[in-house]
Amino acid sequence: MTTKVEFGKDLTGLEGLSSEHITTLLDVAEPFKEISERAIKKVPILRGKTIVNLFYEPSTRTRVSFEFAEKRLSADTVNIAGSSSSIVKGENLVDTARNLEAMRIDMVVIRHGSSGAAQFLAERIPSNVINAGDGQHEHPTQGLLDMLTIRDHTDGIAGRRVCIVGDIVHSRVARSNIWGLLKLGAEVAVCGPPTLVPRGIKELGVHVFKRVEQAIEWADVLNVLRLQLERMKAGYIPSLREYNRFFGVSVARLERAPRDILILHPGPMNRGVEIDSHVADGPHSVILQQVTNGVAVRMAVLYLLAGGSPERAEASKAEGRS
Amino acid sequence: MGEEVDTGTNAVLMDERAVRRAIARMAREIVEANAGIQGLVLVGIHRRGVELSELLADEIEKSEGQSTPRGTLDITLYRDDLSVVGPRPVIGASDIPNIEERAVVIVDDVCHTGRTVRAAMDHLADYGRPARIYLCVLVDRGGRELPIQPDFVGRHFDVMPAEDVAVHVPEEDGRLSVELHRIE
Repeated sequence: MTTKVEFGKDLTGLEGLSSEHITTLLDVAEPFKEISERAIKKVPILRGKTIVNLFYEPSTRTRVSFEFAEKRLSADTVNIAGSSSSIVKGENLVDTARNLEAMRIDMVVIRHGSSGAAQFLAERIPSNVINAGDGQHEHPTQGLLDMLTIRDHTDGIAGRRVCIVGDIVHSRVARSNIWGLLKLGAEVAVCGPPTLVPRGIKELGVHVFKRVEQAIEWADVLNVLRLQLERMKAGYIPSLREYNRFFGVSVARLERAPRDILILHPGPMNRGVEIDSHVADGPHSVILQQVTNGVAVRMAVLYLLAGGSPERAEASKAEGRS
Repeated sequence: MGEEVDTGTNAVLMDERAVRRAIARMAREIVEANAGIQGLVLVGIHRRGVELSELLADEIEKSEGQSTPRGTLDITLYRDDLSVVGPRPVIGASDIPNIEERAVVIVDDVCHTGRTVRAAMDHLADYGRPARIYLCVLVDRGGRELPIQPDFVGRHFDVMPAEDVAVHVPEEDGRLSVELHRIE
């Protein structure tokens, strides 16, 4: 049995993928969940592959999640953090990557502050490139793990009403969620202060709610985004307290919902700002399961990209039984 | 030592009665080799090995009056040919009972190169240390690339590399038989 859909060399975003690609990624992630539940959390499929985690921005969750995924597939991994490497000496992205390639690597997982950095790199090196978040563009594996978590807890993504709450303008998580969810047939809405909701977002087919109460009334799923504290300093919102009063997801607000709402948050949380502790730790929160699913999704991405060239798929057709 | 088969057209090598007889015999051989069903665990390899392991377990239960623990194994992530054949989108879940110090019988439909069995043994080792591992296959078609031999065999056939021995099982294919196909 061969892959019905071809995966290219890289994963830079969900915008360019078809619904079949996304569904395949989620389906392949399913069996990878079980590996992390075993006593020996390791399978040998990527043995001998060398993967570089190139993180120009600080990250704990995503980097550790990728690293676990890589190690559980038996790849060899190297972590490079922007703050403690030749990057601070002024080396540019391509030179850094070419030097890594000269040491014979197979894959790069990149987190970068500039939108489009992953695509830029993917076009310039032969290794597989996986986007672990680039500027305000996309964070595809986060989008995938959010969708996997929604799928786990509902009858499927098609027709599901998902509202993303918070700073939509600056959020790559919001973008990957919007692309992926729309492709799989979900109804998508965003909710946040007008300064933090992009103009023209309705043209994508996304609903906009100005009040979080309306979003709660409408939604099956709330994906609550982290409010970056620097947004307050930049003047997008008057104060964190005011943001919490108008947009904070609280138990009192959820109690008025006509149905049980699944609560997602990509982390790290600002408890008491965008989400109250009782909600984050409450019965409808699946925030920690998102983290668990993140490892499985990243294993699936690594697995599919590592073997996903057209010639190889061709060869598999001629494969006999064993 | 295998039977010579006619290579002309697609042919039925074993019909349902022949398959059931072979399974009944292998079930007896397994119980005999293990001196009973004490500590016995049957592990089927996805997908057809799983169904064959269920047929074997039914036979063993008929004669011994007791059920045998069963497990399933998907060896996709233990293959050594990802870079040759590319990834597979359908990976079955592995579900292995306690195999520590048990006698594990790996059950598969066809034994050919031996690479699947090699991968299955690697996979089992991640779950524990069996007292011993047996290999039971419905068809041994020869063509081994590794020093691996089955302990219990339904039937041997000598077939050409350009031919495919297809085992059909009811849940997957709607019938129980062994057939020979020419690979186009």
